[in-house]
Amino acid sequence: MSNIFRIGVLTAGFVFLYAPIAILAAMSFNASRLVSVWGGFSTKWYAALLENEPLIESTKISLAAAVLSAAIATFLGLLAAVALARFGAFRSRMLFFGAVHAPLVLPEVVLGLALLSCFVALGIGRGFATLVIGHVTLTMCFTTVALLSALRSCDLALEEAAMDLGATPLQAFALVALPQIAPALMSAFLLAFTLSLDDLVIASFATGPGATTLPMRIFSQVRLGVSPQINAISTLLLGMVALALGGSALVMQAGKRRGL
Amino acid sequence: MKASRRLSLGQRAALAIPYLWIAAFFLAPMLLIAKISLSNSVLARPPYEPRFLPSDTLGDIWAKIQSLTFANYRALVGDSLYFDAYVSSLLIAGVSMLATLLVAYPFALAMARSPRKWRPFLIGMAAAPFWTSFLIRVYAWIALLRDEGLINNALMALGLIHAPLEMFATTGAVVVGIVYSYLPFMLLPIYAALEGQDASLREAAEDLGASPWQVFLRITLPLSRDGVIAGALLVFIPAVGEFVIPELLGGSDTLMIGRTLWNDFFANHDWPAASAAAIALVSILLAPLLLWERARLREEERRG
Repeated sequence: MSNIFRIGVLTAGFVFLYAPIAILAAMSFNASRLVSVWGGFSTKWYAALLENEPLIESTKISLAAAVLSAAIATFLGLLAAVALARFGAFRSRMLFFGAVHAPLVLPEVVLGLALLSCFVALGIGRGFATLVIGHVTLTMCFTTVALLSALRSCDLALEEAAMDLGATPLQAFALVALPQIAPALMSAFLLAFTLSLDDLVIASFATGPGATTLPMRIFSQVRLGVSPQINAISTLLLGMVALALGGSALVMQAGKRRGL
Repeated sequence: MKASRRLSLGQRAALAIPYLWIAAFFLAPMLLIAKISLSNSVLARPPYEPRFLPSDTLGDIWAKIQSLTFANYRALVGDSLYFDAYVSSLLIAGVSMLATLLVAYPFALAMARSPRKWRPFLIGMAAAPFWTSFLIRVYAWIALLRDEGLINNALMALGLIHAPLEMFATTGAVVVGIVYSYLPFMLLPIYAALEGQDASLREAAEDLGASPWQVFLRITLPLSRDGVIAGALLVFIPAVGEFVIPELLGGSDTLMIGRTLWNDFFANHDWPAASAAAIALVSILLAPLLLWERARLREEERRG
């Protein structure tokens, strides 16, 4: 591949990937309501967001659900990954492996439908709790995959040495393996957090009237057409995700520097 | 096959927690969907019967089991709406997968042939949009594709067209949305396959007189096969069940199964029909999944 061709392809690829996002962010600072007209720089759409009570309420619900479900999903994912990486060939391993990975490839509409049917059949009222349950179910397969690969790459000999020196398996794991996978735990949490913050389909099925998430509110407004306020909130969300992403990169780098 | 090991009490406790969660909130709901797909639709809440209750006697249960029916599945085959939705979902997903491959392959090749020190940065840049909100990335395309959107405005300003091109609310827009949203899924596995290739094989082919094009067709492409397969499935499978993209970018005539399912469930309240369609969808997707799983295991074995 000649250099000119290579650089041309890379440029075209990155323009395709970033231009729509950049245009969206630029439009959020457009004083004009029309997408096609540039009316000068303005932050008025961001100011309007501050007065949009339902939107702020939804943002809070989305953030709370994302933090809580990411924490639970990271914990469950850690247990599942430990079982798959460290318990050897236990009897129901294949079933467990399949069940843990299945939500990864199931269409979200089907998972949402299944969860809603279940909540209704059991007579569970839908709201914040069911929203978190839905998001944990959706994201724990991702955290399991992320933590499984981290656990597989850490040095078993260190844990064995700890046990030879008298540590119980649990102590050896908590004191030796856990610090080694701390960066992976952080990135698993951030992955689950972003997925939950981003999710529309599962939330629509799993939540009730009292707990409308931000993506649900954006979605219902997008159907009415492009609006500068949505551009503004989208840009804020993009910024938040970029911060989380940058944070996780820094954590990973710090981990690498300490030789972990 | 290796002998299965008995687990210690502590290990069993650690295993039980994620197991119980999956059983309660994934396996049980999926079984319930399967059961609802065999039920009859009624005007009540929940909108299906029979319901199995703890107070049921054995006779009740037997009578209820006998009332289960495959009618919803027969209706799926007979109902042209569902059948058309399946066919058009598979077609749209297939076309999108090919288009994504055409965009991703040169992109991945250019990254894999870049200087070594640049590669982590390039791959990070290519993967980053994958982490930003999916809904917002799809939404961004509305501003580009609409009649008074940026593409039409730019083309009209340049005098290339006089009336806006009809791009928004078409099946083509859905394909563009899928290519854009799923590009990293295709890009990363192909990049991984290309990056790991042994450069000496290409040099040997060149030494033996192969043209660059021949080197590509006979060395590079065949050796990246696994990456292409993985990428194709990672795009195809979610695209078949996609809901958000056809809802936002598609027109009223863009028929996709995720959308049909959603409407049947929320608008028509026909849960048994929606459940049967969901089970059928999962069954259709199972075939490529099993193939993917087999390829993945083979990959794992090779890496050891």
